Amino acid sequence: MITSSSSSVRTGPCPAQLWIFSSIGKKTIVSLTGIALVLFVIGHLLGNFTIYLGPDAMNLYAEKLHSLGPILWAIRLALLATVVLHIYFTMLLWKENKAARPQKYIASDPIKTTVFARTMRLSGLIVLSFVIFHLAHFTVRVVDPSFQNMETQLDGRQVHDVYAMVVKGFSSAPVVLGYVIGLFLLTFHLSHGISSLFQTLGITNSHIRHTYELAARVLAWALFAGYTSIPIAVFVFGLGKGAAQ
Amino acid sequence: MKFHLKVWRQKSCNAPGNLEEYDAENIPAEASFLEMLDIVNSQLTGKNIEPIQFDSDCREGICGNCSLTINGIPHGKGRGTTCQLYMRNFQDGETITIEPFRADAFPVRRDLVTNRTAFDRVMQAGGYISERSGSAPDANAVPISKVIADEAMDAAACIGCGACAAACPNGSAMLFVSAKVTHLGLLPQGKPEKNRRVLGMVRQMDEEGFGNCSNYYACEAVCPAGVPASFIGRMNREFTAASVKEMIGLNV
Amino acid sequence: MTLESNIPDGPLELKWTNYKNNAKLVSPANKRKFDLIIVGSGLAGASAAATLAEQGYNVKCFCYQDSPRRAHSIAAQGGINAAKNYQNDGDSVFRLFYDTIKGGDFRSREANVYRLAEVSTDIIDQCVAQGVPFAREYGGLLANRSFGGAQVSRTFYARGQTGQQLLLGAYAGLSHQIALGAVKMFPRTEMLDLVVVDGHAKGIVVRDLNTGEITTHAGDAVLLCTGGYGNVFYLSTNARGCNVTATFRAYKRGALFANPCYTQIHPTCIPVSGDYQSKLTLMSESLRNDGRIWVPKRKEDSGKDPASIPEEDRDYYLERKYPSYGNLAPRDISSRSAKEVCDEGRGVGPGGLGVYLDFSDAIKRLGQKTIEERYGNLFEMYRNITGENAYERPMRIYPAVHYTMGGLWVDYNLQSNIQGLHVLGEANFSDHGANRLGASALMQGLADGYFVIPYTLGNYLTSQFGKKVDQSHPAFEQALSDTKARVKKLMDIKGTKPVDYFHRNLGLLIWDYCGMARSAEGLKEAIGKIQALREEFWTDLRLLGTGDGINMELERAGRVADFLEFGELMCLDALVRDESCGGHFRVEHQTPEGEAVRNDENFSFVSAWKYEGDGNMPSLIKEPLVYEKVKLATRSYK
Repeated sequence: MITSSSSSVRTGPCPAQLWIFSSIGKKTIVSLTGIALVLFVIGHLLGNFTIYLGPDAMNLYAEKLHSLGPILWAIRLALLATVVLHIYFTMLLWKENKAARPQKYIASDPIKTTVFARTMRLSGLIVLSFVIFHLAHFTVRVVDPSFQNMETQLDGRQVHDVYAMVVKGFSSAPVVLGYVIGLFLLTFHLSHGISSLFQTLGITNSHIRHTYELAARVLAWALFAGYTSIPIAVFVFGLGKGAAQ
Repeated sequence: MKFHLKVWRQKSCNAPGNLEEYDAENIPAEASFLEMLDIVNSQLTGKNIEPIQFDSDCREGICGNCSLTINGIPHGKGRGTTCQLYMRNFQDGETITIEPFRADAFPVRRDLVTNRTAFDRVMQAGGYISERSGSAPDANAVPISKVIADEAMDAAACIGCGACAAACPNGSAMLFVSAKVTHLGLLPQGKPEKNRRVLGMVRQMDEEGFGNCSNYYACEAVCPAGVPASFIGRMNREFTAASVKEMIGLNV
Repeated sequence: MTLESNIPDGPLELKWTNYKNNAKLVSPANKRKFDLIIVGSGLAGASAAATLAEQGYNVKCFCYQDSPRRAHSIAAQGGINAAKNYQNDGDSVFRLFYDTIKGGDFRSREANVYRLAEVSTDIIDQCVAQGVPFAREYGGLLANRSFGGAQVSRTFYARGQTGQQLLLGAYAGLSHQIALGAVKMFPRTEMLDLVVVDGHAKGIVVRDLNTGEITTHAGDAVLLCTGGYGNVFYLSTNARGCNVTATFRAYKRGALFANPCYTQIHPTCIPVSGDYQSKLTLMSESLRNDGRIWVPKRKEDSGKDPASIPEEDRDYYLERKYPSYGNLAPRDISSRSAKEVCDEGRGVGPGGLGVYLDFSDAIKRLGQKTIEERYGNLFEMYRNITGENAYERPMRIYPAVHYTMGGLWVDYNLQSNIQGLHVLGEANFSDHGANRLGASALMQGLADGYFVIPYTLGNYLTSQFGKKVDQSHPAFEQALSDTKARVKKLMDIKGTKPVDYFHRNLGLLIWDYCGMARSAEGLKEAIGKIQALREEFWTDLRLLGTGDGINMELERAGRVADFLEFGELMCLDALVRDESCGGHFRVEHQTPEGEAVRNDENFSFVSAWKYEGDGNMPSLIKEPLVYEKVKLATRSYK
């Protein structure tokens, strides 16, 4: 009986465009890119843990990664594209959401929303600047140019001494503090982000939802603990002190 | 009891509005919030001040017409509609701020009266099962499990008041739309039009200028009918599945 | 003037079939030439609008609410009857018909009621197909519950929100037709007059409640689906906006108003707690299954804490007076008994207007948990409204108005004496006689809209080819200027009292004199007092603001003005009906035990009132009620 069929010939945007730029489509893209970034964050942490296996393990891991060459660059570009998409669609949503509620309540009440949920954009932006700093710090190594020249012997080869660089990098109190703050906000971001993605992708129901939320928070804080353990181990407990000297 | 009210007054849709302050005196604790406003209106009429315009009809929590945001919370604190809120739940002498439901898709008509016809248009975009009066098969021809019927009823309980969109910091109507998509999508009678329904309703929702879902769950917290936000997840899934079918050229 | 009820020939069981076989049809090509005006979007209005639009007519639908989904049908709780006999407990179309006739105290029209019972089964099919989530059993089949006045389980329900779900079903159908362009919907638009051209209803005058603009709409037929007039009592279980204006304006244009004195008072409502109160809330009658109703024996005890009143000082008056039915005595009887004990000064709570509904015995017998399972939501609602815990302290209940059986007179086609004016649902008088059974209002609204009017309207429309009248006709101009003048008159009174003052006082008068018990003397007194109040209204009403834009006080004032005239008509009808029947109880006509005494010899007729001009007595036209199938009997619940 419906005469206006959504599948009949249309002159407007194609079905893919309609989906991507619908409210649910945009959210789905943010959550799919979010999943990719969470996976990266988990993998990156696992790589970082090589620090606890000693200088050789970490330097070997770094060397292997670099030896991927073009593949490494492909991964880097894909990650960059993911971040760009994540941010671009978030900005689109943000703009629309602002327009959808132009007038705030004079007496306002943060009904039910968590602080994690309310600070997503702010935490996201701070995380972004943290990531840029982190890249400048350890990848491009412009924060402390001396990182460029740290070399060591690994199985008879001359390689970049990542281990020493990290230990040196985390010997400065402001840097460690910056990392902990950056990671703390990343945790805020993930705490809401991970639990949300189940809802956005619709892999949920009313019974399992609270389990997801709990699991997301546990994962986010576990990542926080894992990541911050490194600067703290270096700065407070003197991990790798010998190697750095 | 006695209250100090700050009430949003606005002459018409395009006129600017502001909070006016009134004292509500001699209010019985047993009065409902709307009855308190009735009393205030009588007092204002006595003082030659135009009464505060606000929507209400059934006054028993089911029609969804009342639409006040009280101290920043649509329908006020506690689960239920504004008409089911009683003055004994407030402190004597308390200052109460009353604003209309706010969302870009719900323009203010006057004072506390908002235009919620956007919801009707979303319903017209697919919130029905196409059938012809008198052509239905016997009601027991298709058995429906009690579990499914009960869940459909949970969704169908939505009263269409708009508190979800008014509470959402993004002005999103996802809870309202997902309630109808879930209600009809669960039932065997609603399955044939499931895909076109979700596509039509979500697109109309976007068209009306409602915002996007950020999973704040404020909607669920204020919903007088107790519609759970997990229905939004269900709608997300149905919408994407229907979109994929449409993209690969299947008829929906 | 004689009234032609146009009941088809043939035996009762075949009348509707014969009618359908012989009714004149409008061809699909011709249907789109007809414009229909439907006022109201509740069960009757929305179902009629959706169905007629689906058949091809051009429909304009009007409602005063901001969305058709908010019509007051939404508040019905209990359920909807249908003679499906899914329980295999001996139900049949005939039994539903008979129960309805008997429940109506033999004051309804046989043929209409039989048709209602007949189409009841189709309604359930229709609603399930629309996605109404009726309660089901684990096996997936529909569940039923039993309801007052019946010995079978034939009531279908959707939790305590059956009216809501049925209305949303009809609203969905209506929304579909709006999307297709077959219905043009006018929300927040109130009908203020009917336009009659040469004895045919051809249009209406409406006011846009957002802009205040008053306009006319022309059509080939007008359908009024505007509900009942319970708000004449001010306090009722109706919504704030429910009003008599549409039907009363039609009455003033010549339509007959039938049986206005038949009103139903529901025994289990939450009592009034003060004069600020705007609304009464009904609680399901099912509470009477486990609660015991009592008041103190002595009036000195009525202010005491109920727990401090010993058993021997309590009067379980229903159990005492009706030992076999006890607390389950029918609605009209238990309502009246409550009034009696309160009149004796033994009522409890604020103003002495309440009786106790006590669950302490049931809690002792079954445990609090069982009571919670059965009535938890009602106890919660009671606590929310009154702030009292009914598990610890008896509930207070009192009767309240919640349905009106009277309405505009219609024939078998649901057409009033004005040609082309059709009246559906609670707004007409036809199916419930002097008292309505529970779960029958929803049935009637949907039967009229989905299954009756689509057949009967065509019969009229075939006579209207080429008889279109447009808005330039002088009758439209006249009605428009009358309406504008009336609104201006209201705004220009510039007195001192707000609308609610008049409405509340009218309600008190009607409740006291034309409520649960009526007497000739009281009714005469009421008529005088209503006239005086009306006088005061037209000289001392204060409305602020203007008629342009939203002005809810103005809306209310227009409705109250009509109630002030209608209340008088209601009392007049109650005065003329010198017998007791159903919801109409004349104290002069009762047995020594206080039971109603009907007078079939002199009053087995429908009272249809004809407007004869302001200030003149309306004239009474009688439609005799002829029973072919049913033998008149006395209702007894001893």
